[in-house]
Amino acid sequence: MGKVLVVTSGKGGVGKTTSTAALGAALAQGGQSTVVVDFDVGLRNLDLVMGAERRVVYDLINVTQGVIKLPQALIRDKRLENLFLLPASQTRDKDALTEDGVARVIAELREKFAWVICDSPAGIERGATLAMRNADAAIIVTNPEVSSVRDSDRIIGLLDSKTVKAEQGERIEKHLLIARYDAARAARGEMLSIEDVLEILSIPLLGIVPESQEVLRASNIGSPVTISSTASAPARAYQAAARRLCGEDIEMTIPSERKSLLGRLLGRRAA
Amino acid sequence: MSGVARAQRAMRFRGRSYMAFVLTPEPPLADWLRELDERIGNSAGYFVGRPVVVDLSAVALSGAGIAHLVSELSSRDIRVMGLEGADPATLPPGLPPVLTGGRAASPTEPARQPAPAKAEAPRVASLLLDSPVRSGQSVIFPDGDVTVLGSIASGAEVLAGGSIHVYGALRGRALAGTHGNPSARIFCSRIEAELLAIDGYYRTADELDASLLGRRAQAWLADNALMIAALD
Repeated sequence: MGKVLVVTSGKGGVGKTTSTAALGAALAQGGQSTVVVDFDVGLRNLDLVMGAERRVVYDLINVTQGVIKLPQALIRDKRLENLFLLPASQTRDKDALTEDGVARVIAELREKFAWVICDSPAGIERGATLAMRNADAAIIVTNPEVSSVRDSDRIIGLLDSKTVKAEQGERIEKHLLIARYDAARAARGEMLSIEDVLEILSIPLLGIVPESQEVLRASNIGSPVTISSTASAPARAYQAAARRLCGEDIEMTIPSERKSLLGRLLGRRAA
Repeated sequence: MSGVARAQRAMRFRGRSYMAFVLTPEPPLADWLRELDERIGNSAGYFVGRPVVVDLSAVALSGAGIAHLVSELSSRDIRVMGLEGADPATLPPGLPPVLTGGRAASPTEPARQPAPAKAEAPRVASLLLDSPVRSGQSVIFPDGDVTVLGSIASGAEVLAGGSIHVYGALRGRALAGTHGNPSARIFCSRIEAELLAIDGYYRTADELDASLLGRRAQAWLADNALMIAALD
């Protein structure tokens, strides 16, 4: 039986889809069969970030409605043979998802894969609540700023009340992934510190992903950053997070900025 | 005491509970109304001037159906002050508000009876929350004190009939003494609150003394003014 993760945040644009793709690829690179599921019906993006947009035939809605069988909709990654994508429909909206249909598909995916990673849409409406509904664990993606942190707090409350696990009186496992961390801005006090975020949300930290051009470049070429530039700082952060998900105990490092002497001089002059 | 500030006289929002008759229509509605007419016929004017709540949980009515029922009742001099068991989203505008959290009372003369809370001896009741109150959550405990071991997040609120104790940071709203208890207090180990209120007197974050922010603090009422002071 595989483990179902939901990648969620409440707020949009914090890095849910990027993180879903990067963690999915990192888990697959670790040799575990993984499927990433796009729940953003109507505004799908995961297919683009995974570089599979030209191979989408069927989607999640087709499977939940029983029109086709699950294997027909699964798209195998071209680079990693144990990584799959279940895309969302772009032409439908979130109302096309039904609770029963989603539960059935997730149960089937859980049989087939070691990891099922659900990429939640932003917001707290139907799409987001159905994405988290059947999860065993949640990864809450947060940027170190007040609006994102408050939305994450709201989402944690929903995870503790609206999921199947919560309704059965169990506790859903929660992990905090801080994305777009900018060491320079944090040093200048323009962002919340890691300590502040952890203090406000009080859930365990899974990883800190630095703000990086590599992430943008990876999205543009349609590749998870953990595949396109494995040695980059964000890729290493995601790899470490994936290993922590598997239960490994890896020391947490706060990404610090490495500036060349020239950069430091220029920075000082600018300031 | 450092950081004590007096609030200006502000508008008060208070909760209060009242007795009301509850009518529970049963299908078929036409028969139920006829039965009601027979009852009223026996004691004319029984419902005049009395607050009445209609419990709709036994009947499945559309918004228009509910409006019709309310007008049928008002043509019998029954003034409906609230509805129970209806979905607020489906109600057409102009209908009485939907009430929740009603409790049964003995079926005696409601108007003569004082509010039940005052008749009973003061009960010792408290609510302990051992997990943080998250943004968007609302904890309502009219019966007594609320103790929160974690924090109250920005965008969360706790309403207590008694005092509120927060061992973490208070970043959201805390409303103590909501049922008319001016001796209730609010305590927290870190004050960054969006709103504090005791017995209807309130203060928003804007009106908090900046020197208090982040400190251990308590709030209480003195001469109808909300006072806030650091505890250390």
